Order: sequence, then structure tokens, then C-alpha cells
Amino acid sequence: MTLLEERPEAGEEAVETIWRDAPGLAGFFSTVDHKRIGMRYIYTAFVFFFVAGLQALVMRAQLTTAEADVVSPEVYNQLFTMHGTMMIFLFNTPVLAGFGNYILPLQLGTRDMAFPRLNAFSYWVFLLSGIFMISSLLIGKQPDGGWFAYVPLTEKAYSPGINMDFWGLGVAFAGISTTVGAVNFIVTTFKMRAPGMTVDRLPMFVWSILSMAFMVIFAVPAVTVASLLLEADRLFGTAFYNAEQGGSPLLYQHLFWFWGHPEVYILFVPATGMISMIIPVFARRPLAGYTWAAASLIAIGFISFGVWVHHMFATGLPALAMSFFSAASLIIAIPSGVLFFCWIATMWRGRVEWTTPMLFALGFMLIFLLGGITGVMVAVLPFDWQVHDSYFVVAHFHYVLNGAVVFPIFGALYFWLPKMTGRMLDERMGRWSFWTMFVGFNLAFFPMHILGFLGMPRRMYTYPGGLGWEALNVIITVGSAMFGLGTLLTVVAVVRSRTGGKPAGPNPWRADSLEWATASSPPPHYNFEAIPIVSGRHPLWEDEPVRDAESGDDSATRAYGPEGAVRRETPVTTGLDADPEETMTIPGETYVPFVLALGLAVIFVGLLVEATLVGIVGLVLAAAGLVTWGWRTEADLK
Amino acid sequence: MTAGRRHRTAALAAAAVALVTVGCGGDPPSALNPQGPQAERIADVWWLMFAMATAVYVVVAGLIIAAAMRGRRAPEGEARPSRITDSSFIWVGGVIAPALILGVLAVVTVDSTNDLRRAEPGALRIEVTGYRWWWDVRYPDHGVVTANEIHIPAGRPVEMGLRSADVIHSFWVPELAGKVDQVPGQRNVIRLQADKPGTYRGFCAEFCGLQHAKMQYLVIADSPADFTRWITRRQRPPGGPASEEAALGQVVFNRSTCGACHSVRGTAATGTSAPDLSDFGSRTTIGAVSMENNRVNLAEWIRNPHESKPGNLMPPTYLPPEELDALVAYLESLE
Amino acid sequence: MTLAAAEAVTEPSRSREAKGRSIAWWGMAVLIATEAMIFATLLSSYVFVRAASKEWPLGHIEPPELGLIWFFTAILLGSSGPMFFAEHGIKKGNQARLRLGLALVSIMGASFLGFLVYEYHELEFGIRDNAYGSLFYAITGLHGAHVAGGLLMIGMLQIKAWLGRFSAERHETVAVIGMYWHFVDVVWIFVFSTLYLSVHVS
Ligand code: HEA
Ligand code: HEA
Ligand code: HEC
Ligand code: CUA
Ligand SMILES: [Cu+2]
Repeated sequence: MTLLEERPEAGEEAVETIWRDAPGLAGFFSTVDHKRIGMRYIYTAFVFFFVAGLQALVMRAQLTTAEADVVSPEVYNQLFTMHGTMMIFLFNTPVLAGFGNYILPLQLGTRDMAFPRLNAFSYWVFLLSGIFMISSLLIGKQPDGGWFAYVPLTEKAYSPGINMDFWGLGVAFAGISTTVGAVNFIVTTFKMRAPGMTVDRLPMFVWSILSMAFMVIFAVPAVTVASLLLEADRLFGTAFYNAEQGGSPLLYQHLFWFWGHPEVYILFVPATGMISMIIPVFARRPLAGYTWAAASLIAIGFISFGVWVHHMFATGLPALAMSFFSAASLIIAIPSGVLFFCWIATMWRGRVEWTTPMLFALGFMLIFLLGGITGVMVAVLPFDWQVHDSYFVVAHFHYVLNGAVVFPIFGALYFWLPKMTGRMLDERMGRWSFWTMFVGFNLAFFPMHILGFLGMPRRMYTYPGGLGWEALNVIITVGSAMFGLGTLLTVVAVVRSRTGGKPAGPNPWRADSLEWATASSPPPHYNFEAIPIVSGRHPLWEDEPVRDAESGDDSATRAYGPEGAVRRETPVTTGLDADPEETMTIPGETYVPFVLALGLAVIFVGLLVEATLVGIVGLVLAAAGLVTWGWRTEADLK
Repeated sequence: MTAGRRHRTAALAAAAVALVTVGCGGDPPSALNPQGPQAERIADVWWLMFAMATAVYVVVAGLIIAAAMRGRRAPEGEARPSRITDSSFIWVGGVIAPALILGVLAVVTVDSTNDLRRAEPGALRIEVTGYRWWWDVRYPDHGVVTANEIHIPAGRPVEMGLRSADVIHSFWVPELAGKVDQVPGQRNVIRLQADKPGTYRGFCAEFCGLQHAKMQYLVIADSPADFTRWITRRQRPPGGPASEEAALGQVVFNRSTCGACHSVRGTAATGTSAPDLSDFGSRTTIGAVSMENNRVNLAEWIRNPHESKPGNLMPPTYLPPEELDALVAYLESLE
Repeated sequence: MTLAAAEAVTEPSRSREAKGRSIAWWGMAVLIATEAMIFATLLSSYVFVRAASKEWPLGHIEPPELGLIWFFTAILLGSSGPMFFAEHGIKKGNQARLRLGLALVSIMGASFLGFLVYEYHELEFGIRDNAYGSLFYAITGLHGAHVAGGLLMIGMLQIKAWLGRFSAERHETVAVIGMYWHFVDVVWIFVFSTLYLSVHVS
């Protein structure tokens, strides 16, 4: 590969036109640009975050005083069920997918994902499944069986309303999006890398997305099966979970947690990936123990499949079996510890700049440390018998979910939004937001540990006075409001940056990875005019500037140079060494993914309202989408 | 199992007091104020872990903050030199130290699990079945049935069989033991013991629907003599109504639909879908510890149980005031 | 599932010297992994419920008969043969072999599906009777749905084959859908041994 000395300036305009989406709504529904899709993922997920957060605040209002009467028990049960469900399925999982979507192809040095239309499809499915679930709120019939919807409580006999159907069908529907997204991440990582981006040079964020995607592939089927069997029981009267007919309520729990446990690492691992990008940038040195850290992410992925029973320690399983899961749960602390010390070592021998993203990273570490330690505690079998299903567990999982996932996401906003929008976020606002969130967070969730010891079970819509729980609950509510306020400050910062933020320039943080190597912020449609050549783990920190690849004239290399950008092509490379292999044409705009997703949505609505006709309409729509997709692809490929 | 009790260090005890009294203004059913050997054992595990966790947190958080501060004093563009290499950080902090700590925890886990699962000879057997949203309590060796308030003899091990009649519930008395779920189609066992006479609050810990919050119960530990008295009184056939008013109340009870769901031993009321009322008068609470058992509350409960416990499975009953009073008198006379 | 197949068509002609597998192949491989997990989860559920039951099948249901199913198992597994035949044919640019192979696969797959429908008619228990019935129908039904999905994809291939859309250079779709078909065959081995054979060796 030789260096392209002079870029063909003439191509510039042609490139613009061939990549630009149709204006207005048409382009909105038909785009396959990973950057547009990624942004959408992030914005949509944040809408769900604020809805779920507001639900939490209503719960807190109800719990502030003993015997309060802010909401009825029905409503309270709906609130925590949908709060948990939305936070996990509609905020955390997709927002990370959104960052993955936007950042991953850039970090790999390619012009789009491996399956751009599938990418659009997975966004539409996410959006429609979110609307599907949240429509339960609009008709006042939100799911009310808890976010893990244990049977038999959620069977028709005990939950006759339509409420749980929103959950069962919605979860299966949303799972399609996650799965399809994971396929795309895996294939993109393996096959779409810039020359020289060998496996040992992948950015940590890519490693984390890869580990996440593999967990999705192997874990999500379990929750799909769990929720669909539940729906079969509910809608068609089957007997999967019915103990009287030979079924098993515990089967549901096994299926749910076989996904549920990996799921928490599906959320957590990409968050650590973000942290592992942010810390080195602001410590101004490469991540210490790169190989260790990458291996830890993979180890966490593996071990996560061997611990699900720790959510079922109280169900009366044989002690021996449980001890095994107890031990496996303890072992997972080691890869986490390794990650921790990679970060600490990086900072120790670096020179840390206290920017807002870095503050969030530091806050993340202090919070996750505590959440991880309480995780290790609840993995100790007898101790879990005391605190299981008490506020101690609520404290644990907010320290990890809200602390160890949401803090990195906020840090990532401050870190990457400048690349995505071209404008910086205000540092001062960022610091205010961070400190409000950090203090509010600890006020809100630390006292929950003590409440757990004091005997307060979770999911109580009210509690009697005189048990010593009141003062703590007041503190928790105050902290929650404060945390909420802190998140709003970031919203203000984002809005203000869109209108009056400082222009970011291509690489405001002097960062090392390829997303900062694009010519501008936001990056041009085609990401890279010429694919960059990677000669180290930190392309922008090498002594020499990043070189551009040049197109050859065979089918393997013809897309490397600006010629590829002009023709809407991107190179496909070999799995391990990222050698040139062939050329992929990036499909153009198409409505087909939207139509297919819409068809699926109609099918799910048909099931929900038990209307065969609606289901058939959906099937027809979906089939039309599929057939067109399969048939017309060559036309889209121009 | 008693060894750990005496060996608790003063420092930990002080921390315990601090922790327990943080949320003061009441008498919390605290897991850290153990009243029996099982809860004691778990509390011991906790205090050990608490000490280790504090140490880990202080050290690691200290390193994080130190690492983040350190470089600030270095001149621009340079890092502070350090003799500690990256890989020694990772090996010592990330692998060796955690492995040692986790090794200790693994031993503690196996050891305490074995202790807690061991069957004690001479245990009193009680069968507790969870219903939405109350508890059916039976003493199979004595033929006694009651509900929501479980009497046990202090100082004697108890083995409870746990079942569910509908959805999953979970049995938890924080001061006495950890929790065990009640799963339909399955009988689980929990072992516990109260060292001293007293009343210990219990909770349903698994979400079981609308009134999960008000599905509580009391474990009342009596002195052995009191317990014997309590249980033998319930083995005798109950006497007739004590007063004229109560006699009228019994008529009202039998005439209303109460008996379709409730039973009163030795009467025509033999329903099985609601708490046994044979000794209701001696209970201290109504509606699975929703409220105190007194005449006003009981009348209120019978008139409309949904006022205090919305959505529970007992229907309201409309009675003329004097009949209601009589019914209340009858129920309060049951012992 | 068909989605990946659809994506598969995006692949332009591959240069003959291409070393690795195509994107479409990778996409299908990952999707197959996830599908395999669905079957693994369901079969584990079956084993789990069975282990917890005193009798099996539940409710005095007769174990599924082993007569004809052997024959149709052989048919289904055998259909991988013509699939290979077709794939290798088109690699050499042989359109006739492609068309013939695909036709055979369709016929064999369809007859297996036909037998499944016939068996459903013959069975004396329903999906609502008890957990055994629910699991039996769910697992065989899901597999049947996969066979049906595969047949649809092969139908589409067939049409494209007759239109001459494939050639020695352009045949990745055939390979990818072929891989899916082989997967459906292999899964049947597990379904068959768990649902049919294992019930006879108690
Ligand atoms: C992002 C999400 C996330 C993460 C990362 C974790 C991390 C861990 N979790 Fe957590 N967990 C949840 C989300 C998460 N969890 C949720 C949502 C639930 C409840 C679901 C519900 O019931 O609704 C739950 C519940 C839960 C339970 C069940 C509790 C119960 O219901 O009774 C258990 C039990 O073992 C557990 C264990 C662990 C362990 C061992 C870790 C470990 O991975 C932690 C490892 C990390 C560290 C330990 C810190 C760093 C390490 C060092 C600095 C080295 C030195 C440290 C030591 C040697 C201790 N978790
Ligand atoms: C990522 C996951 C996530 C996140 C981020 C959160 C965030 C929060 N959670 Fe969540 N929570 C769960 C996941 C999560 N939770 C899960 C899985 C459960 C279990 C559910 C179950 O049992 O089924 C749960 C359960 C749960 C409970 C237990 C309910 C019960 O058992 O009865 C409580 C109680 O306090 C709670 C509180 C909060 C609060 C106060 C926040 C806050 O951090 C929220 C902050 C956000 C906002 C406040 C919104 C933004 C602010 C505004 C729109 C402005 C308005 C505000 C002001 C002006 C003050 N959560
Ligand atoms: C349809 C069934 C049904 C009928 C009829 C019924 N009850 Fe109940 N009753 C219940 C149930 C269920 C509970 C448990 C409620 C709970 O705590 O959730 C209960 C609880 C009670 C309690 C409190 C018991 C305790 O220990 O907490 C009393 C007292 C009581 N009922 C009295 C009556 C009387 C008197 C009548 C008739 C006038 C009556 N019930 C009719 C179902 C019924
Ligand atoms: Cu019973 Cu919760
Ligand atoms: Cu877990």
C-alpha cells in the first residue's frame, strides 16, 4: 500500500451527493447511515430514561413517608415494573448500542457497518417495541409483575389483564433488535477493519462491544423463550409453567436469569469500554495492561453464563449446587479487579486532566467499587438469604446499573458528543451536573443498604411507621431528586451546546483512536475519504501522522482510497489480520427495514389484542418487506 | 454455632450499634440485631465481610484518588515517575489480593451454609402456607391451625415447612433467619430459633401482587411453659360463646357467608380459602399485620377490608350496626 | 432468520482469490449460533421438566411412536446431500446441478413437513393437556417452522436459479442458505433424540 500523496479534489462534490440522504421525512425513514442511526438510538433511549426516571421519582414520593397515599398499590406496582423494564430494555441496552453504532465503525476505520440495512432495521424494531411497551402507560395498564415477571404471578390466573402481555410480547420484540444489532457488531468487528488494525490493536471500546455482542447472541434467546412461553401460557393456555399440569415455575426463573445475569454484564461491559477509552485520553498515556483488560472483558463474558442461579438462592435448591454458583459469582470479581487496576495504573503513571468525562470516570470507579463489593457480598450464599429481595439488593443494583452504567454513559456524552455534533459541551455545566449527580446518587442509594438490614423488603408500595425506616427514606428521596436534577443539568448542557457550543474541531481531546481521525466533527457521511492505515494501537498518538490507504485495481483493494468513497464502497478484510479481501457496496436508502419492522410491530399488536386479522395484516406487511429485501437488494446496491 | 457470638470484637459491635441506630425513631426488625443462632451466624458473616470490604474500599478508593491527583503536580506534558510498574499493580491489586480475599469468602460460604442447613434434633415442626396475602400456620404434631401469628417456644429449634397455595411468596424474619421462598408445587424448609421470648416481625419478601406490602406476620416466641399452655389451649375443643352478645355474633357469623371462606374449629364454618379464625380473639393484629386487633379496627375490617388493605381477597360485608358489634364481640371471644 | 439470508444477497461477486468467508457467511453463522441457543434452551427446558416429573410422558400419554419418524428423519438428514450437490455445482458454474439439487431439497423438506402435519393429526394429546404436550408441540413446532422458513428461502433461491442469477462468481447466497439448511438438519438430530429416542430408553 502506498501513500496517497495528492487527493483528487475533484471527487469531493460527487462524494457528497452520492452519500447524502433524501431530504426531510423520506430520508428520515430510509437512511442506513450508521451515524444517523446511532444518534437516534441515543436520543430515543434518553427519552425512555427520563420517563423511567420520572416514574422512579413518583415511587420515591410514595415512599418518602410511612403509609403515604400518593399512588394506589396498583399504580405503584406498575411503576416499579416499568421503571425497571424501561431502564434495562429501553434505555441501557439501546443507548450502549447507539454509542456502538456511532463509534465502532469509526474506530475500526470503515465507512459503515457490515449490514447497514439490518442496522436501520434494528433501530426501527427498538423504537417500535419501545412504543409498544410504553403505550401501556397511555392506556393505564402498564405491566405490574416486576421487571422479571415471575410466574405464576404473571400467569393469566393471577394477572388476568392485558398488562403483562405488554411485557411478555414487548420483551420478545425488543430482543429481536438487540440480537440483530449484535450480529452486526460481531461481523463488523471481524470483517470491516482498516488495514493494520490487527486484533491486538483493537480499541478497548471495540473489545467491549464485541464481548457484549457475544453475550447477547448466547443469552438473549433464553429470555425470548422465557417470555414467549409465558405468552403461550397466557394467550393459548399451554402449561409450561403451571405446576398443577406438570410445568415448573422455577423453569421460568432459570430461563430468565440465564439471560438476566449476562444481561447485567451486557450493560456493564460496554460501559467499562467507554471508561477504558476515556481514562487513557485524559491520563495522556496508553491504557496499562491492554491485553489484561481485553482478556478480562472476554473472561467476564464467559463467566457471566455460569452464575445465574445466584438470583435464585432463596428458592430452595440443593445447597451443593448453589455453592457452585456462589463460587463462580465470587470469581467474577477477579477480571473486574484486573480492569480496576489497569485503570488505576494508567492514571498512576500518567497525568490526569480533570475534565468532565474524566470526572464521570472517577465517579464511576468510586461507585462501581462499592457496587461490586456488595455484589461479592450477595454472592455469599447465607448472606444473600438475609438480604435477597430487600433494599440491600436494590442498593447493589443501583450502584452498578445506575452508577456503573449510567455514569459512564454521561461521561461518554461529554466525551463523544463533540465528535457527533461538532460542538463542545460546556465544561462548567458538566462539572455542576457531575457533582449534583454524584452527591445525589450516594444520598439516594447508600441508605438503601441500611434499609435492607433493617428489614425493608423491596417492592413495598407502603410501609408501616415505627420500624425505624422513615428517616432513611426521606434521605433517599432527597438524593433521588438531586440526582434527577443533575441529569437535567446535562440536558441543559447538551441543548446549549447544540446552539452555542464551541466548535469542536476534529480532535478536541487530542485522543488516540480513529474516530478522531475523521476530517471534521461531525464526520463526513463517508467517514473517511480514504481508509486510514493503522500502524499501532493508538493511531493518533504515533510519531507519524496517520497515512491514507490507496485504491488498488483488484476487487479486494479498490475501495481503500477516495475512489471507494466516491463509489459508496468500503473494504472488507480478513478476520484476524485485517488484510484486504473484497469490496462491499454500501446499500442506499431504503424503506424496506422500516416496513419489515412495522410488519413485526403489527403482528405483536395482533397478539396483544388477540385479533387474528391484525396479525395477518402484520404478516403480510412483514412478508412484503422480507421478499422485497431479498429480491431487490441488487437494485439497492447501486 | 455459638462460638462466633462471643468473639465479636468491640469495634464491630460499636459499628453495629451505629448502623442499627442510623434510622432511629423506631424498633427496626434488624438483621443485624440477631435474636437467634441462624441470624447470628449470618450477622457474623456480615461483620467479617464488612471489615474486609471496608479495607478493600479504603485501599482501592485511596489508590484511585491518589492516582488521579498525583500527576496534577507533574509539569505539563510529563507524567510523575513511579517505581511501581503497571504489571505489579495489576498482578497484586487485580489478581493476587482479590484471589486471597475470595478464597476466604469461599471457605466462609461453605462453612456457614453447612451450619445453616444442618437439621437440629428435637425441632418443632410447623407448616406455613402462603396465600395472597396472608399466612396459614399449622402444627401437624399437635393438630393446631392458626394464621398470621406464629407462636414458637423460645430456645427450641423450629423446622418450618414452607408452601404456597397460589403464587410465589417468601418467608423472612430478619431477626431470626434468612429467607426461603414458598414456591407452588414444592415444599421448602427453613430452620430457625428464637433465643429469647419476644415478638419478631416477618415479611413476605417475594413480590406476590397487589398487597405484597401488607403480607406480614409475627413470630411470637413464648417461654416454653407459655408455649405449652398456648398450644394445649388450642387443642381443646373451644367452649361456646362467652356472652350473650357473642352468641348473637355467632348467629350472624353463621348466617353471613363468612364460613364459606373461614373456619372456626368445632362450628359449621369450615372454609379453607381464608385465615382460620378459631383463635382470632387472641391475635394481636388483623389482616396479616395490617392493623392492631381491637374492636374498632375489626368492625372497620369486616365492613370494608379494602379501606386498610386495598384489593385483598375478602369482600366487604354490610351488616346493621348491632349485628356488626355482635359479630365483633364473637370474633374477639374466640380463643 | 430469513433476514440474514436477505442480507446475504447484498454480496457482490466475490473475487475467486478471496481468502476468507464473506460477510453474509459470518452474519448467517452468528445468527445460527443464536438460533442454536433457542433450541438448546427449549431442549434443556424439556429435560428440566422431565427430571422433575415422576412419570414421563405426563398424564399417561404414550411415548411418541418410532416407526415412520425414522424414515422421515432419514429424508430430512438426507436432504443435506442434494444441497451440497447444488452448492458444489454452482461453484463450478453448473446451473443444472444447482436447479436439480434445490428441487430435490425442496421435495424432501416438504415431505418432512408434510409428515409433521400428519403426525399432529394422529397425536392423541394436545398442546394444552399438560407440560409434556406443551413442550412437545412447542419444540417440534418450532423446528417445523424452521423447516418451513428454509423451504421458503430455498424457493426464492430456486426462482433466482431459474432466472440465471447465479454463476461461478456469484453464488454466495446459495452457500449461506445452504448453511442454514444444514443447521436445520443438524438440529433435528437433537430434537429427535431428546423428544423421541430418549423417551423410549427410560
Ligand atoms: C451492571 C450491572 C451489574 C453488575 C456489574 C453486577 C455485578 C455483580 N453482581 Fe449484581 N446484580 C445486578 C446488576 C449487576 N451486578 C442486578 C440488576 C441485580 C438484581 C436484579 C433484581 O433482582 O432485580 C443484581 C443482583 C445480584 C445478585 C443476586 C442478589 C439477590 O437477588 O439476592 C448477586 C448474587 O450473587 C449479584 C452478584 C454480583 C457480583 C458478584 C458482581 C461482580 O461482577 C462485581 C465485581 C466487581 C468488584 C468486586 C469490584 C472491583 C474489584 C476489585 C477492586 C478487586 C478487589 C475486590 C474484592 C476481592 C472484593 N448481583
Ligand atoms: C439502569 C437502570 C436503572 C436506573 C438508572 C435507575 C434509576 C433510579 N431508580 Fe431504579 N430500578 C431499576 C433500574 C434502574 N433504576 C430496576 C431494574 C429496578 C427493579 C424493578 C423491579 O423491582 O421490578 C429498580 C427499582 C427501583 C426502586 C425499588 C422499588 C421497589 O422495590 O419498590 C427504587 C426505589 O427507590 C428505584 C429508584 C430509582 C431512582 C430514584 C433512580 C434515579 O436514578 C432516577 C433518576 C432520573 C430522573 C429523576 C429523571 C430525570 C429528571 C427529570 C425528568 C427532572 C425532574 C426531577 C426533578 C426536578 C427533581 N428504583
Ligand atoms: C370470599 C372469602 C371471604 C369471606 C366470605 C370472608 N372472608 Fe374474612 N378473610 C378472607 C381473606 C382472603 C382474608 C385474608 C385477607 C388478608 O389479610 O389479605 C380474610 C381475613 C379476615 C380476618 C382477619 C384474619 C387475620 O388473622 O388477620 C377476619 C377477622 C375476617 N376475615 C373475618 C371475616 C368475617 C367476620 C366474615 C363474614 C362477615 C368474613 N371474614 C368473610 C376471605 C373471606
Ligand atoms: Cu406474598 Cu409477597
Ligand atoms: Cu447476577
